[in-house]
Order: sequence, then structure tokens, then C-alpha cells
Amino acid sequence: MNEPSPTSEARAPEAPEAHPPARPEPSRVVRLLFEGGIGRNMGLVAVLVLLAVVGVVTAPQTFPTASNLLTVLTSASIIGVLTVGVTFVIIGGGIDLSVGKVMALASVWATTVATQSFGALVMIFCALAVGVGAGLINGVLIAYGRIVPFIATLAMLISAQGLAELISGRRSQIVTDPVIAAIASTRILGIPLLVYIFAVVIAVGWVVLNRTTFGRRTFAIGGNPEAARLAGVDVRRHTVLLYVVSGLCCGIAAIMIASLTTTGSSTHGTLYELDAIAAVIIGGTLLTGGRGTLIGSILGVLVFTVITNLFVLNNLAIEVQNIAKGAIIVVAVLIQARARRSSTT
Amino acid sequence: MTDSLLPGGLGRRGFLAALGVGTVATVAACTSNEAPSSGSGANVAAAGGDNATPGAPVTIGFSAPAADHGWIAAIANNAKAQAEQYPDVTFAPVNPTNDVAQQIAAVETLINQKVDALVILPNDGSQLTSLGRRAMDADIPVINLDRIFDSPLAYRTWIGGDNYGMGVSAGTYIGERLRAANVTNPVIGEVAGIDNLPLTQERSKGFSDALASYGYAVGPRQAADFTAQGGQRVTANLLQAAPKLDALWNHDDDQGIGVLAAINQAGRNEFFMVGGAGSANAMRDIQADNTVLKATVTYSPTMASSAIALARLVAQNRGMSDLVEKEVPTSITLASATITKENVADYLPLGFES
Repeated sequence: MNEPSPTSEARAPEAPEAHPPARPEPSRVVRLLFEGGIGRNMGLVAVLVLLAVVGVVTAPQTFPTASNLLTVLTSASIIGVLTVGVTFVIIGGGIDLSVGKVMALASVWATTVATQSFGALVMIFCALAVGVGAGLINGVLIAYGRIVPFIATLAMLISAQGLAELISGRRSQIVTDPVIAAIASTRILGIPLLVYIFAVVIAVGWVVLNRTTFGRRTFAIGGNPEAARLAGVDVRRHTVLLYVVSGLCCGIAAIMIASLTTTGSSTHGTLYELDAIAAVIIGGTLLTGGRGTLIGSILGVLVFTVITNLFVLNNLAIEVQNIAKGAIIVVAVLIQARARRSSTT
Repeated sequence: MTDSLLPGGLGRRGFLAALGVGTVATVAACTSNEAPSSGSGANVAAAGGDNATPGAPVTIGFSAPAADHGWIAAIANNAKAQAEQYPDVTFAPVNPTNDVAQQIAAVETLINQKVDALVILPNDGSQLTSLGRRAMDADIPVINLDRIFDSPLAYRTWIGGDNYGMGVSAGTYIGERLRAANVTNPVIGEVAGIDNLPLTQERSKGFSDALASYGYAVGPRQAADFTAQGGQRVTANLLQAAPKLDALWNHDDDQGIGVLAAINQAGRNEFFMVGGAGSANAMRDIQADNTVLKATVTYSPTMASSAIALARLVAQNRGMSDLVEKEVPTSITLASATITKENVADYLPLGFES
């Protein structure tokens, strides 16, 4: 997906509000990270700090512990990986409603008795192939079939759900392969392997989005596809690739959830697409595309996961949690809109 | 109907009950001044039972929700398998659906076909009550499976599980075990199913009532959503909320796969866990005895098999031959059994695949 082409980099069009600057210097990386991600998301950081304070006050014994932090990060890892893919698609001016069920389909396909008999590597390959394949279909339908992304990916959501149910016979397929089952219980230096996978996906995603031609083109076609086309970007091919990136993330997430729950199931990932899109939006990415940050999306995921964690630690019912989630979406977006206005005037 | 056969299925209780009934009838007969009837006077069930004998051929319609987890899948499979046991039964299932309107439309086609009996597991008992009435008004007896209709006029016979009893069985097992171990102030966790369903509330009530009889109370409690994914997510957090647990009841063995995964990932084993429903997978874990899962309380989808058997008898105007009455009873509630390592071998054939 990375396109190392020096000439095209020189001619790469600057999207209206693309960021950060093209040439990084190691000494400025921290400042760039602050400006490019966290700085833009002070509202979300404030919400996270607030939630942490609430956690420390209401559950002083159980909230501020290392093992609880790792539980939160592990819970966030799967939806977080999906969110990385969705961030690419939304910055590129699209939307992907199919991520949750494509993940479910990939988890089912990778855990059938037939697939499991070939071992862990084939299972992983199968999950990634299903994800990439679904993303490719989405992308081709949208870029070359001229179907609105909302409709194309909605159709994919429905048919992926159907196919997952057909393959699994609507049952939970239990993971018997010891390697896959061990992924979720493996810890390196005390940190779960799933958290490392999450971190690697974020790091690769951040570099691709902010440090490569591919990333700049993503901002460009999201901001103004016509200008990007005139500047020589193959908009349709790039659009296909964006949905492939999202599909690849679904494949990775499928292996993670199969390991975490020790099952492949058509019930996995229900409404995950909405959580992922909500995280991207409260992370400051424009739904119309062209502007956004990966760090903001990840902070959005963490806010949602910490809320769930807080409710369980305080033994409160889950229903109220959804009300809190909705309120936080509104509050975070309001704070950001205000911060943006005050910074531009 | 031969009286020479010994009552095979009649236990001691059944025998005593029959004896009691007979005695009362005999005594009553003694005080009567009317002429004795031509029969023996004692109303005992026909020994051996003749329910297996083929009767008039009947068509049984069947409608259930689309399977979204192992339990519902087992319901449909059991109904079909049971119907195939009978040479006199034609099984007429309609397409399973999770949409109330579609289920109504599907069952109406069965009513129009004038099937001899209907077995219905409604998506929602309240919303399909009027449908049950329409079938009964068309003289088609309805066997209402598990999710009960609002009105007794909407069904001929109801058969279903005992949600409250399931909670009681789980609470009793945990209470007995903790009391035997002399645990004071135990921390007892609960991972429920979908919280706003009446069945979940009944299970939880049974559970806390049973625990209360031992002087115990439910500690950390969270609701999942009957999926492995929900079970894993909720339990991973619940284990953080409770650094030490003594016992845990999980309402549903399908979501239990995720619950168990979370427990193993957290490396916790200081407590024991009780499951719910009775999946084959949970039973295998109990048999292997290498996880915290030590027991499960049943809510068996075998009720679908029994519902087909009842529908056949009702349609053929026969009673249950081990009972005295000439009609099938109007209500049958399954008992919730507690399966442990000791008796798991007996129940394993009834377990359903997740």
C-alpha cells in the first residue's frame, strides 16, 4: 500500500488541511505528535482524565492498577484495530459500515473445522484473505461501480452476516488450535500480546497516514477528489486500496477476537461499526473526509472502553452506560468545536 | 393395552401416588350408596404405556425463531429429529425468522393448511398471543414452547423451562459447596444474560433467593448478551472488579465459552464456576475437570422433542399413557437439573453443541 515513488512525492498535492508537515526531524517528533494528535484532541484527553479521576474516586482499590489498565487496553484492542481501518476510509471521504460483520465472517471462515485442520498459519492467512477480499469488493463497487459507500458497505454488512451464519450454521465454532488459542493468553514482559498487536497496528497506521505518499493522497482525495484527480492521483484505485486497508484490519481483528473468545461466531462484532465510527468522529475526524487524526480515533476508543470498565467496576447496569456514551459523544464534539473556533480566531 | 406388563417407567413415588389415588377412590366408593360401576373403581394408569403405538396419521406444524446461538439451533434440530421417530407424524416446519411479523405470516400459512397441531416457540410470547388464539379458534391445538403466551386461551398445552428454578439450582449448588467449605462472607459473582428479558430477571431472582437461604448475597453482577464475545468482555472487567472471588454463576453456556476464556486469560482459579443451559461443550469441560467450571444447571432444548411428542398425542386425542388422565396436561414445567462431574456421563447425550 506504500508507494515509494520520489517523483510522485514531489508532485503530491497538498490537501487543503493535510497535516502534519512533510519532512520530519527526529527531535521534533514528540512535538509533532502533540500538535498532530493529542494537541488537537485536548477535549478527549480531558474526558479521559475526568474518567480516570472518577475511576480513582469510585473504585480506588480496583481501578488504578496495572492489571486493570491492561484489561482496558486488551478490551480496546479489537475495536481499536477496526477503528484504524475506518479512520483511513473516513479521512479518504468514505464510510465503512461493514467492519464488524466482515470481522465476524473472517473469524468464522478461519475457525471452521476444515480451516483449523491446516493449522494456525492457514487460519491467519484465511482471516486476512477474507478481510482483504471483502474490502476489495467494497472498494471496487464504490470506486468503479459508482455505488455510494454507505450503500455498498451496508450491503456488505448484511451479506457478510448472512454468509457467516450460513458457514457456521449459527453456532459458535470453538477454536481448538493451540497457537491461536494462546494468542490472547500470551504475555510478553507482563503485557498481553493483543496489546502489542494493537500498538503495532497503530504505529504502522500512523506512519502510513502521516509519513507516506499513500497517506497524503488519502487526505487529498478526502478533501477534494476532483483537485486530487487533476493533480494526477488515481482516485479510483486509491479508493479501492482504502477499503482494502479497512478489510485487512478486519482480518487482523478477526484473529484477535477468535483468540480472545476462543470462538469464531456470526454474533461477533455486532454494532462494532457504529462504535468505530463514533470513536473516529469524537476523535476529531471530519465525516466528510480530508481531515482527521489516528491518535484522536484511538483516544475515542479508549474513552468508550474506560466507560465500560468503570461501570463494571462499580457494579452498575450496562444500560445506563449507553446513555453515558451518547452524552460523551456530544460533549467531546462540542468541546472540540469550541477549541477549534478559538484556535482559528 | 395389557395389564400383565410391569409398570416400567413408574417409580416408587408414582406407585405410591397411584396407590393413594386407588385407596381414596376405594374408600369413596365404600361410602357411596350408588351402584358400583362396571370398572375396578381404582383409577390407575395403564401399565407400560401405549403412547409408542402408531395412531392416526397427523401433520404437525412447527415455528421457531431463527437460531442465533446453539440453544435455539438445538430446539429446531430436536423437533425435527423427534418427529422423524414417528411413522404417523408428518413434520411441517416453516422458515425460522427473528421477525415477529414474518413469524405470524408463516404460522398463518400453517393454519390455512389445516395442520393437525402446531408447535410454536414465539419470538415474543405477548406479541404472538393473538396468533395462538386464531389457531385455537380454527380448532388447531397449539403446543406453546417455552416463551409463554399471555392467555391460556391461546394454547392447548404449554411446555417450557423453569427459569426461577434454574437460579435456585445454581444458588443451591454454590450455597452447599461454600457452606461445606466453611467460607464466611463469600464473594459470589453473577454473569447474567440480557438483563431486560423476564427470563433473566427470574433466573437472577431464583439465584439470590437460594443464596439468601444460606445467608449469602450476590456480589459483583453484570449482564452480557448471550454471546461468547459479550461474556468475555464483561467477565474480563468483572474479574478486575473482584480481585478475589469464591464462586461465579454464568447464566448461559454459549456465552460461557467467552466467560471461561476471560478467566483463563486472567489466570484466575481461586473460585469455582457454575454454568447454565447445559451445552455439550460445558459438560465436556465439567467431565475433564481442568477448568473452574464445576457444574451447570440445565435449561434443556430437549423440551422441543417433548413438545412434538405432546403435539402428536393431542392431535390423536390421546393422553400420556403413564398418567391416568385421558388428555395431555395443559402445562408442563421442566425441572432444572444440576450437572456435576458425578452425573455428567448421564446427561452428556442431551447436551447441545454451542
